[in-house]
Formats: sequence, C-alpha cells, structure tokens
Amino acid sequence: MTSRRRFNAARLLAIVRKESFQIVRDPSNLLIAFVLPVVLLFLFAFAVSLDIDEVAVGVVVENQGAASAELGAAFAATRYFDTRFARDRRELEPLVVAGELRGLVVIPQDFDAALERGTPARLQVLTDGAAPNTAGFVANYARGVAEAWWSSQRAEAGVDEERGPSVRVEPRFWYNPELSSRAFIVPGAIAIVMTMIGTMLTALVVAREWERGTMEAIIASPIGIGEFLVGKLAPYFVLGLGATLACALTAEHVLGVPMRGSVFALLALGSAFLVPALGLGLLISAATKNQFVASQLALFSGFLPALLLSGFLFEIESMPLPLQWLTHVVAARYFVESLQTLFLTGDVWSEFARSIAALVAIGGVLFALAARNTRKRLE
Amino acid sequence: MHGEAAIVLDGVAKRFGTTWALSGISARIEPGRLTGIVGPDGAGKTTLMRLMGALLAPTEGRIEVAGRDTVRDAEEIHVLAGYMPQRFGLYEDLTVQENLDLHAKLRGLSAAERERAFAEVLAFTELGPFTGRLAGKLSGGMKQKLGLGCALLARPRVLLLDEPSVGVDPLSRRELWDIVRRLAAEGMTVVWSTSYLDEAERCDDVLLLDEGRIEFAGPPGELRERVAARSFLILDVDDRRRDVLRRALDLPGVRDGVIQGRAVRVVLAGADGGAADAARAAPLAPDGAALAAVDALARAEGGTMRQVAPRFEDAFIDLLGGGPGGRSPLAERMEPVRLDTEIAVSCRHLTKRFGTFTATDDVTFDVRTGEIFGLLGPNGAGKSTTFKMLCGLLRPTSGRAEVAGIDLARAGGDAKQRVGYMAQKFSLYGLLSVRQNLKFFAGIYGIAGALRRRRIDEMVETFELGRFLNSSPNELPLGFKQRLALACALMHRPAVLFLDEPTSGVDPITRREFWMHINGLVRKGVTVLVTTHFMDEAEYCDRVAMIHRARLIALARPDELKAAAASAENPAPTMEDAFIAMIESHAGVEERAA
Repeated sequence: MTSRRRFNAARLLAIVRKESFQIVRDPSNLLIAFVLPVVLLFLFAFAVSLDIDEVAVGVVVENQGAASAELGAAFAATRYFDTRFARDRRELEPLVVAGELRGLVVIPQDFDAALERGTPARLQVLTDGAAPNTAGFVANYARGVAEAWWSSQRAEAGVDEERGPSVRVEPRFWYNPELSSRAFIVPGAIAIVMTMIGTMLTALVVAREWERGTMEAIIASPIGIGEFLVGKLAPYFVLGLGATLACALTAEHVLGVPMRGSVFALLALGSAFLVPALGLGLLISAATKNQFVASQLALFSGFLPALLLSGFLFEIESMPLPLQWLTHVVAARYFVESLQTLFLTGDVWSEFARSIAALVAIGGVLFALAARNTRKRLE
Repeated sequence: MHGEAAIVLDGVAKRFGTTWALSGISARIEPGRLTGIVGPDGAGKTTLMRLMGALLAPTEGRIEVAGRDTVRDAEEIHVLAGYMPQRFGLYEDLTVQENLDLHAKLRGLSAAERERAFAEVLAFTELGPFTGRLAGKLSGGMKQKLGLGCALLARPRVLLLDEPSVGVDPLSRRELWDIVRRLAAEGMTVVWSTSYLDEAERCDDVLLLDEGRIEFAGPPGELRERVAARSFLILDVDDRRRDVLRRALDLPGVRDGVIQGRAVRVVLAGADGGAADAARAAPLAPDGAALAAVDALARAEGGTMRQVAPRFEDAFIDLLGGGPGGRSPLAERMEPVRLDTEIAVSCRHLTKRFGTFTATDDVTFDVRTGEIFGLLGPNGAGKSTTFKMLCGLLRPTSGRAEVAGIDLARAGGDAKQRVGYMAQKFSLYGLLSVRQNLKFFAGIYGIAGALRRRRIDEMVETFELGRFLNSSPNELPLGFKQRLALACALMHRPAVLFLDEPTSGVDPITRREFWMHINGLVRKGVTVLVTTHFMDEAEYCDRVAMIHRARLIALARPDELKAAAASAENPAPTMEDAFIAMIESHAGVEERAA
C-alpha cells in the first residue's frame, strides 16, 4: 500500500511478461510484426516500384547534326526506354494519342546550332498526361539521359565546369545515380511498418483488454494505470525496433539497397518515431473500447498519413500548401525524411537531431492527451 | 445488528450521460455472509458491483468497503477486495499458471506467499492437473473457477463476483456455489450478482434491484414469507393447463400465474386486495373471493387446488406489482394455422463441427405439430447451433434436419414461408425505425399492399407499438424490442415458430407476458421451438430436450425429468436439479476426468 503512485518493478515486469506471452502466442500479432513488414517491403520495392523499364517512347530527331544523332543514340541505348525514331513529330503524335507511346522526346532543328553557339540547347519532352506518374518519370528520365550525355560530352571535350549543366536535373538524381526508386521506398516502408506496429497493434491490444473483460480485472487489482500502460507498451517498443532492424537487413541483403548510415542512428530514429506511434495508439485506445473501431481509427490517423503525407509516395514540395502545412504534424514525415538521408547519404546528425526533436514533441503531445483521456475513462 | 458492516452504501446514485443507472441506493452488506445483488438485466447490478469494487466513482452518495471510501481509498480497496468481472477477466492466451502468476504479482505476493496461495487455490478449484492449459481452452466452469481463484489469491476480505454463473453449466455452478459458501462461513464477505431468482433464494441476504432502485433488502426468506399463504398449485389439469392458466390470470385477485410442469401455479392477492407492503411483517391471508374463484375454476376443469410453499419468484412478482393478465391479444387476432403433418420438425444424427470443435453432436429428435418444444441448456452448450441447422441457417456437417418434411437448407422460399424465426438478440435493424422494420420484414416474406398495411396495423395495435413507430428499435425498452421482434417473425403467419433465447435478459414480468403470447399461438395451432438457458422456463414446454456439451442428454416432459431426479432428500427437485442429475448420470464424470 506504500506503493501508491510509485512504479513497482515486480508489477511492471508481470505485465511485460504477460504481454510478451500474448504477442508470441497470438498469430495475428506475429503476422503484423514480421510477415506484414516483409510483404510490404517486397510489395513496395517491386510491385509499387516507381521505376519504369522499357517504356515505349518516340524520339524525334529533327536535325541531321552529329550532336543530335549522338543524343538520339544515347536514348536508344538506355534500358529505360524502348525507343522509336522519326524525323517528323507528326509521324509519332498519333501513336502517343493512341497510347502506344508514353511520350515523345523532340531534339529540335536548332539543337546542334545552339550547342555550337554555346547557348543552352533545348530538348522538348511531350508526355501522356493521362498517366501522370509515368509521364513524370518519362520526363525525368529523359532529362537524366540528356544530362548524362551532356556530361560525357563535356568530359570528352575537356570543357571546364563553369558552363554548368545544360538541363536542370532533379536533385534526387544526384543521390540515386542508378535511377532506382527502391532506395526511396525502403525508408517509407519502414515507416509504414512501424506505424502498423506502434499504432495499430497498440490500439488493438488495449481495446482487446476491454472487449474481453480483462481490463476490469486489471483495474480491480492494485496496479496503477501508468504501470499498466508502460508495461503493456514496452514489448511493442522492442517489437517495433526489431521489425525496423529486420526491414533494414532485408533491404540491404535481399533488395540490394545499402544503408549508408549507422545501425545506431537507425535505432535512435526508430526509438524516436515509436514515441508518437505508440502515443497515437494509446490515444485511440483511450477513445474506443472496440477493436474494430480502433483498427479503423489507426488506419485513418496512422497508416494513411504515413502513406500519403510522409513524402514517401508523394513529394511534399508538390502538395498544395495547406497539405504541406499539415505534413508538419505527421510524425512519419520526419521519420521518412531522416531515413532517406540515413540510407542514401549516411549519418547527418544535424538533420537527425531536428527530426528526433520533432518526433518526441509530437509524441509528447499525443501521450499527454492519451494520459488525460485514459485516466478519465477509468475514473 | 451484526456490528461493523463490510460494505455501506449511502445514498448512492450513478449517472452515465443522461441516464441514471442507479439512484437512491442505501444498504449495509454484512461481513461473513453471502449477499446476492439480484435483478433483471439492465437493473444496474454490474454498475453497483463496479462501484463497490472502486472501479467507478458514484455520481452521488458514498460507498465504504471495509471502512475505506471507494473514491478516496480506491487503491486500498483494490488490495483488500477480490473482484471477478463478468466473463471472469482471464487472459485466454495465457495458461492457467500464467494467469495465476500475473494476478499474484500484481497483488504483490512474495515468492513464498505465491507458493502457498497457488497450492490453496489449485486445491479447491481442482485445476491442479490443468496448470499448463491455456485459459481459453478451459470449459466454462473451469474458467469460472480460475477467475475465482485469481480473485482469491491475496485472501481478500471482500469478494465481489459479477454474474459468476452466466455461461456455466449447472453442475459447475453448484460447485462454485459450494466453494463460495465455505468462504463466507470462514468470515469472508461475498457479494454475488445474478439475474437467476433461484440463486437469489439461496443467498443469506439479497438486494433486489429493479430499474436502478432497491426494491427489497434482507434475507430472501423474509420476502418469501410475505406470500406464505398465497401460493397455490392447480393440479390434474394436464392437457388444459394453458387454458386454465389463461383463465386464472384473468380472475380478479390473481397476482401471478405460471405453468409448473403439468400443473398451474398461482399467487393470490392478500386479503386487503393489495400486495403486502414492505412495512408489514406478518404474511397476509389470501383474498377470499379470489381463493373461491380459483377453486371453482380448478373444480370446473376437474382439477384440485392445493396450497404450496412459496417461492422467491412468487414474492418477487408480487413485489413488482403482479404479472400480466392471461389474454393474448395477438392470439385472439390470429386465424388458426394448419400443418398437414404430424411431425413439424425432425432431425436425425445432426452434427456440426467448427474445425476441431463439435458444437452439435449426433442429435436426434422429433417435434410434434402444435407443441411447445424446448431446447434447454447453459450458454455454449450448442443449443443455438442445433437450432440454426433446424431452420436452415447453417448446413450440418452430417445428419439431416427437416421442417414439415422439407430440408430448409436446400428448399426454396416457399418452404421458408411456413417458418418464423426470432433470432437471439432480436436482430432488428437499428438504423431503421420501428415502422420501417415492420415493413421490411413484411416485405421479405412477400406481403405487400393492403395486406401489409393491415398486418402492420394489427401488430402495432396488438403489441402497443404505436408510440414507438418512428423511433429506432435500439431506443426501445427491452420488453418492447422483444415484442417488435416477435411481431416481425409473425407477420407472415408461420405455422412453425423458432425462438432463439427469446427471453434472455428480459425481466420476469415481461417474460410472463411473452409466454402468454406463445401459449396463445399454440392454441391457434402454431408449433413452437424455443431455446432457453432459464431452467424454470422449461416448465412452459410440452417436452424438453436437455443439451449438455453438444449432446442431447435427455428428452421428456418437464414433469418426467423432475420426477426422475426426485430422491429421499430432495422430493421436489427443480428443473436445475433434474438437469444436474441427468449430467451426472450421463457424460459428466467422464468429461471431468478428461
């Protein structure tokens, strides 16, 4: 009785033990924690791959000059495009309309002349706007091909660097020279998986205690609600970090996406992200005692924002302004951003520190809300 | 009185949102006694238990448990009281031992104390051989004992058991009762909530709750004594018992009446024409005119009338103002129905397995046209599964089921037109109004136009649903919900009516009213199949099939079943006694050894 309000290690451990047994014994937990991450990772890395191989593209070479011909050849050489050549764009336009070609790259009449003059040479890319993703990538890859060709030209000619690139290139190409989107997808997938474990599982297991009537027995025992929740969350914290490591290992060894940063940084970011993820799960469990409602809430408040607003599938910069603002309260945004840095660049602690601070702040607010509401429910 | 009370309730009220679950509750619960919190579902029993367990704070008033205030000293109460929630509060994916470990550690028992407590609990619950089994794989009775064991680990001074007997077979229920009795005798204060009146009768004291208020507090015998000289049986009216009951209930001065086996039980009003009021100590003599009228009725039907010992339920109904009359406006309106077969429903070797679990195991019986046939058994015994196969909602794993010679699972709509089905929990559409529900159910049975209007009007009038027409069924009092569900099942005038737990959670008075309608329907030639876990309701049935752990263990008239269980020490056994006797002579022993 002297233990009121104080954490009692024996009670805490009893709950941790009980919860761990339950995690291991309930196949649905293992499914969410281990099978789902792997499936998601493969799904995102292969099926939802944002790379496109052998896209049918027309190349119109209006000029007979050497530069035009070489650039045309560069397009023919890349494995990303299945090219079809013409001298006049009118030959190919009907094919674009019919959907047989995904886009047209036009090397214009004055291309060689412009290069000789030393003024920026223009390249026109026409894409099929009906398939915006493909269109975007055709445009990006076309630029990439032109850029690669231009640098090789420069290198051969021994031209100094001052002239700068003739085509503006998307910054992400700098970090992703193989033009592979897989490297972006792995961090996103980890964020999704962590959201599932942190938010969805937490919300479900607390709701389950209510549904099965075990919560009543717990409340009627001398354990404090704080002890109970901490004891209940701890195993999921460990599970979440374990799943993160599993994802990173799968990424490196199976998907061939190297992690340039350290494991320590990965775990630090993972731990920071679990604060808001678990906090949200707790808040949901405070709001409903029903597993079905809990899973719906977790889907809408955790999973979907992590998928859509984290910058994982859609670039934040290209979202409407209000949505951009909204992303600032989406924990997954900071996590995805930092994980991308971690995987593609390495440890950049100045950036990580900012993300961790943001994650802990969002998590703190969620925990405070959850604590307030949970206490109210139990009276 | 008995000195210090274990629990003191002082002007307690509890509000959830805008509804008052409890109000004006003042009572003392004595130490060392077994106190029952008794009342129908929704009366506020669970709320009161949670208030006493310091799981909820009262909106008004205060509660003291062993001298501690439930709001201020909640944590101390959690230490000194054991609380077993409904459905026992066990982790089904933990083993018996792990559940015990968890609760022992939560209550801060030292390693030595744990050993002692485990040995003790495992001994009296007889769960010793099952410590490695997952709690979810235990039978209802074993779960209940484990739940009790968890609550008892720290030797609580007060033990709170919330509806411990729900979902448990009668044999286990009786064992639990014996354990709890012993604990009370050793000085523990035990509070047991229940909706079963026969359990209430065996408590030392009862708090009788109805609609959130205390209707009676004291020893059950005291309440029973109020009707001491006013309970009678009308005997030897065998086949006309339903008619006799109906006519008896319409006599002035008859407070209550039920079918009891082949006899009719009536409770007469007191000599001053009213109920015994709480202040009056001595029992009232029965109203003279009523006595004479019932006697005359009995004689006219060739029966005899005999005064019998009162039951708690007699007094309970009397206290609540008496049961309904004998008329069923429903039956009076309904035209007689005919079924041209002698056997209305039959099943042969009916078996249903879900994975490795057998819900119905080789069940065979026939239901004769025009009888009330009951499937009796505790929750989880397999009644509903059997039932659903009979009316074609579920395909049997093996064996066959027929209604009027047709297998409903294969038959088309025409055959189903002969059948009415009222599902457990009533299965009404909460998002539709009462009127829309009626229209919908008329519609799915192909009733349209003027006929639909007429039938709906008829049902609305019969069941007095008029003032609820535009509300959602969810907002209806339980009794009205039940009427609406019955109305929906009867709109197409079925010849066979399937009722799955129709009276579950309904208070005794509404249950009586419901049975008046059923009796009325049977008079019109309807065959009724009903499942129930209320042992006493079996009395309304012509024949009863007892289902225990998926098997049919007995099939006979209620009187025969009871007679078979009669012994020297128990000459007048109840249906429950009969059930237990059947289990014991049947598979009970073998199951428990497994």
